[in-house]
Amino acid sequence: MKMVVAVVRAERLTAVLEALFQSAVRGLTISHVQGHGGETEHVETYRGTTVKMGLSDKVRLEIGVSDPFVEPTVAAILSSARTGAVGDGKVFVMPVERVYRIRTGERDEAAVTPVRELDERPEPLTV
Amino acid sequence: MVGSDIAWMLVSTALVLLMTPALGFFYTGLVRSKNSLNTLMMSVASVGVVGLAWAFLGYSLAFGTGQTTGGFEHALLRGVGLEAKGTIPHLLFMAFQGTFAIITAALISGAIVERMRFGAYLGFITAWTLLVYAPVAHWVWGGGWLGALGALDFAGGTVVHITAGTAACVAAIVLGPRKDYARQALLPHSVPLTVLGAGLLWFGWFGFNGGSALAANEQAVLAFVNTMFAPAATLTVWTAIDLARTGKATAVGIATAIVVGLVAITPAAGYVSPISALVIGAIAAVPSYLGVLWRARTRLDDSLDVVAAHGVGGMVGALLTGVLAQQSWGSPADGLLFGNPAQFAIQALAVAVTIAFTAVGTAGILLAARLVAPIRAAALDEGVGLDVSQHGEEAYGRGEGAVLVLPGRRTPSAAAVFTPALEPQGEQS
Repeated sequence: MKMVVAVVRAERLTAVLEALFQSAVRGLTISHVQGHGGETEHVETYRGTTVKMGLSDKVRLEIGVSDPFVEPTVAAILSSARTGAVGDGKVFVMPVERVYRIRTGERDEAAVTPVRELDERPEPLTV
Repeated sequence: MVGSDIAWMLVSTALVLLMTPALGFFYTGLVRSKNSLNTLMMSVASVGVVGLAWAFLGYSLAFGTGQTTGGFEHALLRGVGLEAKGTIPHLLFMAFQGTFAIITAALISGAIVERMRFGAYLGFITAWTLLVYAPVAHWVWGGGWLGALGALDFAGGTVVHITAGTAACVAAIVLGPRKDYARQALLPHSVPLTVLGAGLLWFGWFGFNGGSALAANEQAVLAFVNTMFAPAATLTVWTAIDLARTGKATAVGIATAIVVGLVAITPAAGYVSPISALVIGAIAAVPSYLGVLWRARTRLDDSLDVVAAHGVGGMVGALLTGVLAQQSWGSPADGLLFGNPAQFAIQALAVAVTIAFTAVGTAGILLAARLVAPIRAAALDEGVGLDVSQHGEEAYGRGEGAVLVLPGRRTPSAAAVFTPALEPQGEQS
């Protein structure tokens, strides 16, 4: 299992989500973050105060996936988040020690494999 | 001159001017937060550039003497002083009419939000006021041929709303849709601002319609009361359609309905009975509601539905004026329902001519402008949002990551600012 963490342009989020869903990647978390990725700072002026904004709005996606899904996930993000300009973001792939699905108590590969039937019965908790 | 008339017209002028920032808030609540200042400024900036254009030339073209347009005799407000025009000073009449030109130009901006270069927009509405608005105002109100023909337009259904709605449609086509249009949901970022804007528009509209009597008289009272009742009917019918269609009444729907009702009663306000005003308001809800639904299924990115609200609403109002006008309520002519079917034909002709002229004029201005400079913002700027890319400001900034730029001092780049711990402190100057 891997944790794929991607930081992308906020305005590319919809495109990234579409690409991920098309690659059958389900189960993700997003958060709105601010960051600096080497892009030119834009200048803002409020009356006499001029500032350079060193942080831009980004979206961070966290996606826990089983090993066969790592490459499709990364490929989907790379193709959908890219504009070609500096500031498109990063994708990090990180090892994961353990994963639990809270609803069933399943762990590891089973916990990050999407369920087909929503009404399947929870297995006994064996943590 | 009559003191009470002057007092009412002074108040009315201020009320109509308030409508333009109110429109800005109505519009800005409907766009994404990254474009909210740009959208607000499109309305407010009209007070500046169109106000100037009106004083320099616009008033003369609209209300000077002449066949197709007014002449240049009032350019730079020459001959516009404190002498009487009707029962009020000429200067006050000019200012009152100026507030109409300002809001009409601002109305168009709803069709082109989130993608137009701001400088190009300012040039466009200035040229549009002089080349499109002023001639139509002259035809209907300034002694021109539509007025002479007997076309009824009490407060600007044709002059203001049909011109704005038509121009909005043409501008949206020439400019093209937003890059995300029909690809992702483009949702309002602050519905309360929109409802607040609609409320302030309604308040200002009492001056728009009530003031169009140009006096503190019985006709002003009729227009005032009709301005209260027509949107009430539109709001009720709109909400009922909402409930019947989806089971839920919506706040954006109510705000839209208020504007549609106000638009529809505008040409009729001083000419129809209060019950007719209720009828006009109620009927107007239906085509505009359908227009909003239909537009969303097309590639026409009239982003804030100026065509459905002002174009369709204005047409319904202008035509129903020809049906419901009554001489017993002060109209110069009766309508179709009161034994004068010719009036309906005159209204239809005025509507058709105004649409045709406005469409050609607006397309001409925008296509010519496109030859001189790009009128659209760059795609990357559109993605970042026009507030930052066009104005260098944020509506809801948190101030995080802002590095102060001090005049005359070299500004550190972000990289230097964010790695202070790596540099030895206090050893260098």
